Amino acid sequence: MANPLLSVTNLKIAFGSRVIIQDLSFEVQRGDCLAVIGPNGSGKTVLLKALLNLVPYEGKIRWSNAARLGYVPQKIAADRQLPLRLRDLLEAKATVVKLPAAELDQVSSEVGLTEELLDTSIGHLSGGQFQKALIAFALLGQPNVLLFDEPTASLDELTEERIYELLHSLQRDKSMTLILVSHDLTVVYRYANMVLCLSKGKPCMGPPKEILTPEMLEDLYSAPPKYYRHIEHH
Amino acid sequence: MPGGQGLLFLLALFFALAAGLVGCFALMKRMVLASDVISHLALPGLGLAFLLKINPLLGGAATLFLGTLLVWQLQKKTGLATDATIGVVFAAALATGAAVTPREDLIEALFGALQHISLLGFLLGFAATLFVVLSIFLLKDRLALSVFSPELAAATGVNIARIDLYFLLLFSLTILVGLRFMGTLLASALIILPAATARQLTGKLSHFLLVSSAAAVVSVFAGFLLNVLVLKLSTVGPTIVIFSALLFGLSLLRKRT
Repeated sequence: MANPLLSVTNLKIAFGSRVIIQDLSFEVQRGDCLAVIGPNGSGKTVLLKALLNLVPYEGKIRWSNAARLGYVPQKIAADRQLPLRLRDLLEAKATVVKLPAAELDQVSSEVGLTEELLDTSIGHLSGGQFQKALIAFALLGQPNVLLFDEPTASLDELTEERIYELLHSLQRDKSMTLILVSHDLTVVYRYANMVLCLSKGKPCMGPPKEILTPEMLEDLYSAPPKYYRHIEHH
Repeated sequence: MPGGQGLLFLLALFFALAAGLVGCFALMKRMVLASDVISHLALPGLGLAFLLKINPLLGGAATLFLGTLLVWQLQKKTGLATDATIGVVFAAALATGAAVTPREDLIEALFGALQHISLLGFLLGFAATLFVVLSIFLLKDRLALSVFSPELAAATGVNIARIDLYFLLLFSLTILVGLRFMGTLLASALIILPAATARQLTGKLSHFLLVSSAAAVVSVFAGFLLNVLVLKLSTVGPTIVIFSALLFGLSLLRKRT
């Protein structure tokens, strides 16, 4: 297909001598919902960071000129002591990227942040509220691509459901492209039209039905649990 | 108050304003201890200047800025935690400073002195504090994002290494202005205490900045008056810091929000 939104060619990411990702090539089209899956330590988060140019890499990552990126990181361990209200944070971004003040109100209502929440100190937000806040933060600046790392890790099921509904409506109403890292295969089945799986073997990509075969999943997640835990500590 | 001391008093008030603002971000960046150390970086320079009989502020400025760049580079290159970096540089600076500073000048270098300042000295100091206040005002959103999450800030287009360097330099510039009357030991106190006081009283960024600078200005005002009118000590740093600590004590009476 011509003019992909994102094309990645021969990507290699290494920290010192530890190679996290190598020989990775893929493309993302406008309006896609790409789910990145793989065992712990396979480099899902690092891949997102490379796409955002936050970590050094070799190879080519080319975004189309029309792409405006929004990033929702894995839950941030926010310092509860910071004298910042949610509003301070959103206003700070609006100022840095030079947005009109009205956009803050618009994004807040889209995501469902009330005035009361906006005036709450970030340390006092619940897990779900905080996640919503991060989404609102990402949506400021009207991105057309959202990179979403483990959207609902550590949230209860109901909140998780709401966050996904929110994402889904964003994708539907604003024809937003989503790239999300997820452990939750139900989510991947429900929302993603493409799946990229990273594993120590050859990375593979395709529609969920082709990729998420029992053999593939066993191959992906079959390493002994000890190994995962070891990697997690790094 | 004689003319020269009047100018010093005025400069001290401007210094307080800058210190109050810088302190807010130093507190949020959890580099309050770093502030102590950075001010000590001036000590070897002050000592050398006393030895060479040149303007102490020139010497102080030289080692202060060199040392600041060193701290920044160490942090960036070695990936050492800030506190480890600081421990190393602190020890080296204090030891070198104590070794080269003539005994009779050591107290002045450590605690400052209530001297007359020239009009030029005043204007330079005033320009420096004005620069710090304006810079903090312009950078506050970038700084706030970078303390909240360096990663999100970077994704928003904030250059984290550069903003860290700017902040360290603003910090050093503030210390430099305060060095003369607060000394290397006490200059950083006026950066730390008012911000800690303000943190007790508010959870909102704009109020935090406002209350912190107000607390610093009040401390300098009260400290100067007490010293000039009653105590008549040769240095004004201690009374300023005592007032600042008193305000912090009072702030503890209020429940944190």
